[in-house]
Amino acid sequence: MRLGAVLPLAVFALIGVLLWSGIGKDPKVLPSVLVGRSAPEFSAPELRDPNLTHSKASLSGEPYLINVFASWCPSCRVEHPVLERYAREGKIRLVGLNWKDERADALAWLQRFGDPYEEIVYDPDGRIGIDFGVTAAPESFVISADGAILYKHIGPLTPEDMETKVLPLLAGKTTP
Amino acid sequence: MTNLPERMGARDPGLGTRDSMAGPRGSMLRGARRSLGALFVSLALVLLAFAAPLAAIEPLEFKDRAEEQRYQKLLRELRCLQCQNQSLADSDANVAGGLRQEIHRQMQAGKSDEEIKAFLVDRYGEFVLYRPEVKGGTMLLWFGPFVILALGGAALLVHLRRRAAAAPAAPAPASASNRSEEDW
Repeated sequence: MRLGAVLPLAVFALIGVLLWSGIGKDPKVLPSVLVGRSAPEFSAPELRDPNLTHSKASLSGEPYLINVFASWCPSCRVEHPVLERYAREGKIRLVGLNWKDERADALAWLQRFGDPYEEIVYDPDGRIGIDFGVTAAPESFVISADGAILYKHIGPLTPEDMETKVLPLLAGKTTP
Repeated sequence: MTNLPERMGARDPGLGTRDSMAGPRGSMLRGARRSLGALFVSLALVLLAFAAPLAAIEPLEFKDRAEEQRYQKLLRELRCLQCQNQSLADSDANVAGGLRQEIHRQMQAGKSDEEIKAFLVDRYGEFVLYRPEVKGGTMLLWFGPFVILALGGAALLVHLRRRAAAAPAAPAPASASNRSEEDW
């Protein structure tokens, strides 16, 4: 008799806790399997100079932020001034990954909105994007000096994201 | 028949006209014309329904039908990461198109389904699989519903047993067979 009264309440509480813990979680935010692993190997031309080739090795040596962008991506415009400001102030080493874009469109886009990138890896068919687990632009990764992925950011970067997440990671790796 | 379109336009203003207003012959004729028109419209709609998926198919080459079916089956088991409730086969998202090409390329290179899935899980995580592997973290997902079903069934059984045991002592005047039916 006692159990009969307590059991429904217990089940209710259990389900309540289970559902409560799900409230506020964004199903779009997926844990990246790549964080903590070594960045994928790649070899691709520079967007602004097809004769130049970038690879994981050629970019390594100093930690950097690699930013996936495209001229067709509206959210990239939103974060662009933020990236530009931090790059101009010398706070970040910014590398671009121009993803699924046309060279001419990308160059025109940079001309119009400014070009804060130190290097830009050109990935027109999105193969490098697949290796980085990119689902949509913009996405950004913090890569350590020895080529490990320290952090993945999905969506536009805000000044707050830069201050709280990106900069500490970049700084943490420059001082040995 | 040659003046049919003109007549339809001039004398038949459309759905508002009621057949009961015309003579029996006119009504029949008009009915026939109308059903012919309806037939064409529905035929056009049916054809239109096929047009959309045809437009979405990318020009990929397969060496035979079996390979193409394997490709389609594999796509249905993989989730599009951007439109999360669509499979890679359904999604028009940019990333899905790229992944379809990649899967096709790997199939051409002789990779097995398992290898291709492992490739994607390696980059996008378990979430890409519509049927996650049976292991520690997914046990609840796979067997939770059965556990709940078993618990509910057990609770129901215990409840019914108790009632059946309590029933003979009850002072109700109804016969035993009637009572067992009432239990349900």
